[in-house]
Amino acid sequence: MSPAQTSTLTPEQVRKIAHLARLGISDDQLGEYAQRLGGVLDLVAKLQDAPVGDLAPMAHPLDATQRLRADAVTETNQRKALQNVAPETEDGLYLVPKVIE
Amino acid sequence: MHKQTLAELSRALSSGAISSVALTEHFLARIQKYDPLLNSLITTTAEQALSQAKMADERRKQGKATALTGIPIVHKDLFCTQGVRTSCASKMLDNFISPYESTVTQKLADAGMVMLGKTNMDEFAMGSTSETSFYGPTKNPWDLEHVPGGSSGGSAAAVAARLAPIATGSDTGGSIRQPASLCGITGLKPTYGRISRFGMIAFASSLDQGGPMAQTAEDAALLLEGMAGFDPKDSTSADLPVPRYSDTLNHDLKGLRIGLPREFFAEGLDAGVASLIQAAVKELEKLGASVKEVTLPSTSLAVPAYYVIAPAEASSNLSRFDGVRFGYRCAQPKDLEDLYKRSRGEGFGAEVKRRIMIGTYALSAGYYDAYYLQAQKVRRLIRQDYDNAFHEVDVLIGPTTPSTGFRLGESARDPLAMYLSDIYTIGVNLAGLPAMSLPAGFINGLPVGLQLIGPHFSEAKLLNIGHQYQTVTDWHRQQPAQFA
Amino acid sequence: MEWETVIGLEVHVQLSTRSKIFSGSDTTFGAEPNTQASLIDLGMPGTLPVLNAEAITKAVRFGLGIQAEIGHTSVFDRKNYFYPDLPKGYQISQFSRPIVGKGSLEISLEDGRKKTIGITRAHLEEDAGKSLHEDFRGMTGIDLNRAGTPLLEIVSEPEIRSAEEAVAYLKTLHSIIRYLDISDGNMAEGSMRCDVNISLRPRGQEAFGTRAEIKNVNSFRFVEKAIQHEMERQADLLESGGKVVQETRLYDANKNETRSMRSKEEANDYRYFPDPDLLPVVLTSEFIEQVRATLPELPTQKIQRFQAEYGLSEYDARILAASRDLADYFESVTEHSGAGPKVSANWVSGDLLGALNKADLDIKQSPISALQLAALLKRIHDNTISGKIAKQIFEILWAEGGEVDAIIEAKGLKQETDTGAIEAIVDQIIQGNPDQVAQYLAADENKRKKLIGFFVGQIMKASKGKANPQIVNDLLGAKLGG
Repeated sequence: MSPAQTSTLTPEQVRKIAHLARLGISDDQLGEYAQRLGGVLDLVAKLQDAPVGDLAPMAHPLDATQRLRADAVTETNQRKALQNVAPETEDGLYLVPKVIE
Repeated sequence: MHKQTLAELSRALSSGAISSVALTEHFLARIQKYDPLLNSLITTTAEQALSQAKMADERRKQGKATALTGIPIVHKDLFCTQGVRTSCASKMLDNFISPYESTVTQKLADAGMVMLGKTNMDEFAMGSTSETSFYGPTKNPWDLEHVPGGSSGGSAAAVAARLAPIATGSDTGGSIRQPASLCGITGLKPTYGRISRFGMIAFASSLDQGGPMAQTAEDAALLLEGMAGFDPKDSTSADLPVPRYSDTLNHDLKGLRIGLPREFFAEGLDAGVASLIQAAVKELEKLGASVKEVTLPSTSLAVPAYYVIAPAEASSNLSRFDGVRFGYRCAQPKDLEDLYKRSRGEGFGAEVKRRIMIGTYALSAGYYDAYYLQAQKVRRLIRQDYDNAFHEVDVLIGPTTPSTGFRLGESARDPLAMYLSDIYTIGVNLAGLPAMSLPAGFINGLPVGLQLIGPHFSEAKLLNIGHQYQTVTDWHRQQPAQFA
Repeated sequence: MEWETVIGLEVHVQLSTRSKIFSGSDTTFGAEPNTQASLIDLGMPGTLPVLNAEAITKAVRFGLGIQAEIGHTSVFDRKNYFYPDLPKGYQISQFSRPIVGKGSLEISLEDGRKKTIGITRAHLEEDAGKSLHEDFRGMTGIDLNRAGTPLLEIVSEPEIRSAEEAVAYLKTLHSIIRYLDISDGNMAEGSMRCDVNISLRPRGQEAFGTRAEIKNVNSFRFVEKAIQHEMERQADLLESGGKVVQETRLYDANKNETRSMRSKEEANDYRYFPDPDLLPVVLTSEFIEQVRATLPELPTQKIQRFQAEYGLSEYDARILAASRDLADYFESVTEHSGAGPKVSANWVSGDLLGALNKADLDIKQSPISALQLAALLKRIHDNTISGKIAKQIFEILWAEGGEVDAIIEAKGLKQETDTGAIEAIVDQIIQGNPDQVAQYLAADENKRKKLIGFFVGQIMKASKGKANPQIVNDLLGAKLGG
């Protein structure tokens, strides 16, 4: 499937993307999102014709390599301060609606 | 006092002509008086500012002051500041009192700077107009019907209206330079890795870079000295010494080779902007520079590559806002999925959601190669363009923006036009280069910016050129009449 | 239909670093919830990962230990999905460029057969937190202490064909990671966890059948039972004309069954891409060689050496080389006792391991040190005590500790080697048992051998076990004649 031909997204595709991204989008907004996202896809469709040849993908602007940290414990318990900004906690745990496995 | 640059205020502080407390009170009063017109600040920290000012005055008495000690500053509201709301202009973080401090704001606080408040911006820095803020749009001090640019629009407007002598900003696709241009101030986006990103809430990690937004190149140099440097907490921060940028501002420009990218002067550029840029180039020639045309053939690919890479990274970076550990949580979630979907659906604004969806799509199975991987290859192509150009010249010069920007509300009707207006700034982020916008004149009372682009880690050169240009021009000295 | 089972294992090993893979948080097991979850582990806005050098070293040790290719350039990717125990909404992992490439592991089976299982790759990633399902007003509690603990995920080729092979593979892997000292391997605490991919195909068919993945099977025994159960489930399904669904299943040890995990049912689209907060990890050949120089002798090499150098059987060598600590113990006993490797091997693998197993202790917890045991064997060897007395002293050492020679002295256990003294006892027993002597003299060769035992027993009893058995035998033979 060539992306150039997928510039128009269907509302169903938008619903799927929104689900992957866990974004609540109401049904009556799907059409507008589909149209706006389609516009961006048109904008980026130009990439397909770029003369990239066998260029390697570039993930970072600088050709640097990862620095390593010494294995030492440098953090202390900050639970109280960090849980001050949490929506719901109890007994030091973050609470969420029941997780079913 | 507000008519003076940071460098001038610094001298006044060290001579004892003024105190930091007096200076702070003066700017707090201006904020109180003028910010209702501009909406450039989300949070004002008056009490904390006055106590920092007192400490700065005390420190000066002990002879421990630096050039930045006692100088008020405002920070873009994506730098985490401990004990102060850090909102990213989003409902998602409206209740987020940061329990930690960003490296940048920590360094500046350690230097004795006084934080007046946190500035307005596009939500999560996604935008070029500062209109997508949860706290309402910021206005351009030169014309309240116009946008100040974005995403660091609040910082740009605050400095332009002299509600603060200087500000921090961040630049992912032009977010320092474009508002600096539209508000008539000097903004520098440093080389990727020059400034720590720790505690700077991420939009697109491989593109984001903090930087100074100032009245002059000299001020930008002084602030950059305070912001820059290796940070062990940021794996992408460069482990290189920080030059004394303010020491090389007066180097002369004889022999400087300037390149004018042909593609930056092509169709789409406002004629008025073009002639102001040409005039600025003439000034630099008079200072001893030589000029030649160069080419950046992949310029038109920069915006498309950016609108794949930035949303892709953003879609992942913003996954942590899930209503569990911090930030907005929807009322009465009925199950886990409802918690996620409503917290994120209600907490993020429309533009943020659109970009998350674009990024999610670009990374999803079946599209990754065509979009994300292809955009990364184009990214290398763009960097090669710049590398080639820098074999021929020392610095590139062009406009920062194609025009003097949008009227309020205009971009919402045509968001793609807004995306395309970043054509001159975006390539720099993709290539990780330093670039600066300098005031270069006015069209119908609205400022026009000149952009300088240099090779990696050439900030000293850019600031030197900027400062020399500002010694022979006075565009940077103009102030919007309403905020005199 | 005869089915062939095809199994591939994904083993997650927690590396025993002091701090987490991307933050300076403590990794100690069992702390109060969220007291070891820092800004970075919680994915607070603006925070960034910085890679722990020790996690790299340990991963490279593993790679070298299984003779695998080491990735000179490896890359960290983001695996994106939403789950409450995953703070950032993505897991930092390695997708296209892992740190360890192809390697292999040789396993030994009960019947003495050996088999080489290919290892596809091993990559570094961060562990997730834990969901606590106790009821908090109908909600689930999240503890993120474990989030960010370094994991090495070791992926085998689908070359395992039975539960026995799977368990042998896991035990071998466990032994290697312990030898390499890269993990404590504590399965009860989740330091080593196993996902099993399993499918059936008609014997002789080349194409794989549809597989099910069984998540988080956390003991050798459960792996065996889960595989057996899943083999039967799939065979029943296929034989009744059904189809195996590709899905994730959870093994329930209480019910001994696997069941579908609904929460993971939806097709995942992890949207892997290189983590822009981390740069490529580049390892120089010098670094890799430095790590190689610190590698210990590994189990296979040790087993071979024990056979060649000490003349042990493969069976004994394998038992003694099962862990580095046990092997070191054995070698220390051998070196210090002078009693010879076979005697040492018998005592270590017999008496000592038997006692340890009975007490559910491992070799490091042994109440008897290698030097104590060596001292005991030395006294057997120099005839100070008999083997029988030695067992008695072993019991004392185990229960009370102490020094071998002091115990011998204090309890008067020294073997009697004075021929005159023993002769007195022998004479006394012969005179006191005329009936038995008569029987003995009347008996044939075979019966005599049985009857002599009676005299030896009486003499040992009278000497409280201290008479040297050899001298006793010699004297008896001479006195009874025949």
